[in-house]
Amino acid sequence: MAATQVIRSEWTKIRSVASTVWTLSLAVVVTIALGMLISALSKNEFDTMPRQDRVSFDPTYISFAGMTLGQLAMIVFGVLVVSNEYSTGMIRTSLAAVPRRAAFLFSKIAVATGLALVVALATSFATFFLGQAMLGPHRTELGDPGVLRAVVGGGLYMTLIAMFSMGVAAMLRSPMLSLGILMPFFFLISNILGNVDATKKIGRFLPDQAGSRIMQVVTPSGDDTPYGPWGGLGIMALWVAASLVGGYVLLKRRDA
Amino acid sequence: MIELEGLTKRYGEKVAVNNLTFTVRPGMVTGFLGPNGAGKSTTMRMMLGLDRPTAGHVRIDGKRYEQLKDPLTYMGALLDAKAMHGGRSAYNHLLCLAQSNGIARKRVDEVLDTVGLTAVARKKAKGFSLGMGQRLGIAGALLGDPRILMFDEPVNGLDPEGIHWIRHLMKSLAAQGRTVFVSSHLMSEMALTADHLVVIGQGRLLADTSMADFIARNSRSYVRIRTPQRERLLDVLHGAGITVVETGNGTLEVDGGKSELIGELAAQHQLVLHELSPQQASLEEAFMQLTAESVEYHAHTDAPAPRPWGDDWKRG
Repeated sequence: MAATQVIRSEWTKIRSVASTVWTLSLAVVVTIALGMLISALSKNEFDTMPRQDRVSFDPTYISFAGMTLGQLAMIVFGVLVVSNEYSTGMIRTSLAAVPRRAAFLFSKIAVATGLALVVALATSFATFFLGQAMLGPHRTELGDPGVLRAVVGGGLYMTLIAMFSMGVAAMLRSPMLSLGILMPFFFLISNILGNVDATKKIGRFLPDQAGSRIMQVVTPSGDDTPYGPWGGLGIMALWVAASLVGGYVLLKRRDA
Repeated sequence: MIELEGLTKRYGEKVAVNNLTFTVRPGMVTGFLGPNGAGKSTTMRMMLGLDRPTAGHVRIDGKRYEQLKDPLTYMGALLDAKAMHGGRSAYNHLLCLAQSNGIARKRVDEVLDTVGLTAVARKKAKGFSLGMGQRLGIAGALLGDPRILMFDEPVNGLDPEGIHWIRHLMKSLAAQGRTVFVSSHLMSEMALTADHLVVIGQGRLLADTSMADFIARNSRSYVRIRTPQRERLLDVLHGAGITVVETGNGTLEVDGGKSELIGELAAQHQLVLHELSPQQASLEEAFMQLTAESVEYHAHTDAPAPRPWGDDWKRG
């Protein structure tokens, strides 16, 4: 039962370092706090909004506003889980203990993904309910069409962001390099590409733009996105698969 | 048993390890000696499947390292004291290694006790001194109770008591019939622990021999003599056809192990000797001689073969 051995080992690794706790806590706190703040602000501004905005007002999506920042903590979590091995030199000890590199990498990713999924789903539900509480009269209900899908999807979105980061970190090895590319990319570049008309058509195929579609319940007016919520999440999953395959291929070929 | 065959590692143009073939046998401590940068660590990383050889292969009890099921139970290795996550406690570091190879949890406590780290088992490794880190690395190597042990520069950072402890540990592991392979750049260290020597320089195999043979072959033995009747003794020895070298401080030296013959000659001629002692050049000298040649050979391939180290002063 070699696979379960490696998974247990990776669970011991992930629970025994401080970065796991602080990155995930930060993701939870930032997502919820910012979601509540923006929900409260939106409630106060609702009456002064243009009519068009009021029609396409999406209380579910508003309550997830904190994820734009919270996902950065998820990125840090995903990057550190993998790149810690390289920055500390632990990788040589780890690969001497588990020389089959596929077993090593995918056990690590499975454990980290499982943990991220639990935290992300809990965060998604919490931020939804607390956000709706802030929205007061403009709130929506979990039972309304598409809402449950959006809330579960929010958890999946954050999990996939963490997985994508793990793959990138496996390719780049250095935590600083990985964060230096991922953080500005998801915080700035992707948003710019997605909002500038010239690049919009390409930008919406980027992992976060495509994936965040799952959290929308009300389609904005004039939206011509060529995929639906699950289609968007599928595009994101393809990005994740690509980064994990890239990470594995490089790990397999490289000297440790 | 570890078998290397034609093991070669190239980084671009540079050859780090060049066609190494040797066998590390059980029941003894095999010293792996070479100056810094000779390719010792690269060779050890290839033995563990961490680095991929450009050519050749390594077999651990006949198998490739990657083919071993639960490899820590076959072969334990200390690579460097820093190959661990500093934020993790000593106990958890060993626990995650044990779990990955299906080793019982109680074994973690046992090896912590063996290396003397029980008191700091719950402390984070980043607070450890180099010596404590080294001990934790050794605990990791012992974890699977393996038949083969490999230590890369294990005495680095250890205090005298720690050095004594690791020497004793290596010898007792070998005495239990295990294969012990230990690298060092210090010949003096190897002289105290190793039964067999593998010497490399510039990635090439320079010697694969027992410690005793290595000394006999590579170091100069001579007899040192001190006498108040110097001129007479010189005459007697010349008469017997023995070449004597006068060294600066009033002593005489005779190459080879002829102390009995010299003693008998002195007795026949009733000469007083204050000293008649067989000497052997230190192992460090022998090692430097061997590796210096390999360095010189690579540095100026057109130059004539360098004379053995010590030739100049030996002849006075």
